[in-house]
Amino acid sequence: MKIVKVSGKNNKHRVLVYALSTCPWCRLTKQFLKDSEIEYEYVDVDFCVEEDMNKIRKHIFNLGGKLTYPVIIIDDKILINGFRREQIKEVLGL
Amino acid sequence: MRKRAESDAETYGYILNPSQKFLKALIEGLKRNEERYGYPSCPCRLASGIFEHDKDIICPCEYRDPDVEEFGACYCALYVREDREKDGIQVQQVPERRPLNKQQRAYNITVGDKTKTSTSTSTFSQESLDIKLRLHYCKQCGYVVFREDPPYTCPICKAKKMFAEIKTVTTLHGL
Repeated sequence: MKIVKVSGKNNKHRVLVYALSTCPWCRLTKQFLKDSEIEYEYVDVDFCVEEDMNKIRKHIFNLGGKLTYPVIIIDDKILINGFRREQIKEVLGL
Repeated sequence: MRKRAESDAETYGYILNPSQKFLKALIEGLKRNEERYGYPSCPCRLASGIFEHDKDIICPCEYRDPDVEEFGACYCALYVREDREKDGIQVQQVPERRPLNKQQRAYNITVGDKTKTSTSTSTFSQESLDIKLRLHYCKQCGYVVFREDPPYTCPICKAKKMFAEIKTVTTLHGL
């Protein structure tokens, strides 16, 4: 699974984004995190092999999420489905 | 791709996403999916690559009309209700309307290997995972379609929620 790390000044939280390379909402999410100087990692799920896709789906389901991309996982505890700017800001304390 | 979307938006009385940057990204995503899968599946959903399982998310998806009606935009926000633009309401990502059993059916099948994987299929009966094609007719104009679910809006007379089932069932097992 190709996990891409994007460096940022704010690395208080571990932020992981499951995204689709074709999805503009996923792009907005990545851009928002970058602009907010949040350090994060992302995986473009549509480039993953089936085995990794299954792992990702299990990870999302285990945290009570839905298969609605982007999926933003914070500290492996809080899951946000979709680009919800205010919710992301609240959780990350922005 | 863009011309097709513009023409379809006009037919149904919608507009395309007013943000040119966002619209460009959506069209690029649709093109990429068409190259990848052979059909332009929704750029904001993960397609399985199996046409029968992705049919409902090929743009314009089956969920567009109810989403535009309820939320003012479709799931990916390619199609937007005109009054949203006039009222200056910012388009938000809308919740997923695609039923879980259809997602489950699509994602449990690997392209090129049509065996089901073990991930939580147990929560769905085999019956709910089969594709049942049915005949539906529009009560207003008589238009007949042969598909799993009837369209929300009749493509001929544009009547909404006017389809009734004609009682015949064909089941495609093991797809």
